[in-house]
Amino acid sequence: MTQPSTNASSDSALSVRGLRTVFHTDAGTAVAVDGVSFDLAAGETLALVGESGCGKSVTALSILRLIPSPPGEITDGEVLFDGRALLGLPEREMRRVRGNDISMIFQEPMTSMNPVFRVGAQIASVIRLHRGLDRAAAWTEAVRALERVNIPEAARRAQDYPHQLSGGMLQRVMIALALACGPRVLIADEPTTALDVTIQAQILSLLREVRRDTGMAVLLITHDLGVVAETADAVAVMYAGRIVERAPVAELFANPAHPYTRELFQSLPVLNAGAARLHAIRGSVPPATAYPAGCRFHPRCSRALPVCALREPPVAEVGPGHTAACWLHCPEAAAEPPAAEGGKGA
Amino acid sequence: MSGDLLVVRDLVKHFPVRGGVFGRAVASVRAVDGVSFSIPRGATLSLVGESGSGKTTTGRLVLRLVEPTSGEVSFDGTDVLRADRGTLRALRKRMQIIFQDPYASLNPRMTVGGMLGEILRVHRLARGAAVAARVAELLDLVGLPGAAADRYPHEFSGGQRQRVGIARALAVEPEFIIADEPVSALDVSIQAQILNLLKDLQERLGLTYLFISHDLAVVRHISTHVAVMYLGRIVETAPAADLFAAPVHPYTKALLAAAPVPDPAARRDRLVLAGDVPSPINPPSGCPFHPRCPDVRPECPRTAQRLADTGSGHFAACAVHAPERH
Repeated sequence: MTQPSTNASSDSALSVRGLRTVFHTDAGTAVAVDGVSFDLAAGETLALVGESGCGKSVTALSILRLIPSPPGEITDGEVLFDGRALLGLPEREMRRVRGNDISMIFQEPMTSMNPVFRVGAQIASVIRLHRGLDRAAAWTEAVRALERVNIPEAARRAQDYPHQLSGGMLQRVMIALALACGPRVLIADEPTTALDVTIQAQILSLLREVRRDTGMAVLLITHDLGVVAETADAVAVMYAGRIVERAPVAELFANPAHPYTRELFQSLPVLNAGAARLHAIRGSVPPATAYPAGCRFHPRCSRALPVCALREPPVAEVGPGHTAACWLHCPEAAAEPPAAEGGKGA
Repeated sequence: MSGDLLVVRDLVKHFPVRGGVFGRAVASVRAVDGVSFSIPRGATLSLVGESGSGKTTTGRLVLRLVEPTSGEVSFDGTDVLRADRGTLRALRKRMQIIFQDPYASLNPRMTVGGMLGEILRVHRLARGAAVAARVAELLDLVGLPGAAADRYPHEFSGGQRQRVGIARALAVEPEFIIADEPVSALDVSIQAQILNLLKDLQERLGLTYLFISHDLAVVRHISTHVAVMYLGRIVETAPAADLFAAPVHPYTKALLAAAPVPDPAARRDRLVLAGDVPSPINPPSGCPFHPRCPDVRPECPRTAQRLADTGSGHFAACAVHAPERH
């Protein structure tokens, strides 16, 4: 049973407001995240979905202040957790938030673990650090944490080094590590992308189980709309550093409102099995150093209006809890002179 | 002779695992363990399976980029495995490969035009001014602008690089292309562009494909025939429409059930396969899938099943569907 997430903004576990993260590169300033705002309710799973380079991972890393600086820099915005503004916290306090209150799991479990320590010891050290238990008690807790993520023979497996475990097992260890201190928010950055499909199914069902048991909120970062459909309560679609559409999951899949979301669905082979040709979105994602003016999707959009190249679209309410940043959903755009539609297509 | 361009029989590749002070072979990885299939001219056979299933090694063996331990590969009637250097060289002009990561398979110090030109000159396909003309033609064929000839691989996006990889494969005018996870590293919107391109090229040039992928949705879209691999063996093979409409082998069923569907209404308690894929160094006895199989029978750990016809070209290696003659 999934919990409905109608009142997303009332009791939010995590709020992000106007987040802007840039990277200073040789090619200029890359604006990876540009004014991203969302609320994550307690117990809710919000999927942040988009293609590579859209800023979804940078958003996640910015929340935990894990952006390497330099070259990265959070230039604007606020992250609110439990009434506290995380971006202004001293590093010492921030360290207490990470792992304790907000935890994160990554795509590559192998590169996120220390190869020279036993997996049990790595979990135990986190428990000792955050919960102040002694060595023996922390080890017992670590084994219990491994049992909770369904690792068979957990006491024996705790003695293994990371290279002795398969990818799926390691991802379970990562989840055990992330959950060891009972966080209220889990950020999962492409948690199943590196895994085979049968193992992915195991990990997704584990994440659902854990969420049901603990009631924690999950921010799921993924490019896979299949994973979104199976796990999320709400979805925010990102493109070129911005959230272009946000909706409850059923609503988004039933009535995608932003042309980017619609075209993304049309390009999925699994939804268009009978089609001889897939719909391909023309062109490619613009570099973060040189976004087009107006709506950032307009050069690739099949329904672009003249106004799209000139002005940024406002966020329009298109349904209950469903917003889209698109001129097509703004009545005043329709009042503009008709589009020279033939100009771009063919 | 039938209309099959490629026929593979009982292909086996065991890689030695060396250990100890003297580096003796202490075990072997049975990467490919008796694989047979054939591909009709103009068709697309997909090898689908999880990591370690042997699908990539099978592709390499067909081209003899890796020498097989045993088996037969016949390309248009020519025995590939017993071909001498000259014959093999001539064969490789007709058989090409596209890799998953085009960036790793392109020379970073050569312009795209320089790279394609070199292929044309080495294979004596064009010389002088004809080289530049043919390079432009190839770029146009894969949907790249002519100016791409003067650029280096790092100047392209992932999707464009894969187009360059395809242009390189097409430079020698092959009949047969092995595409090894060609869209796995690409975003969905770009993936669609490349899949459409591969389909267009097949129609225009009459190409035959061996398509290697872990992605069932992609396989379903591009294939005429599908072979599902598990631990070095083909466990089920059928025309694509049949396989997806009526999978027979429990592993195929589990694989199809495991793939997440982008439809929240289809969210369901599905069959989640327990355990990991076993090691190909020491595969389970009998049917290699039996330790994870939901329909396991008493005989499964003892007898390995051969592929048996379950009707209309649909073959499966499973005791549940074995003919009742033993």
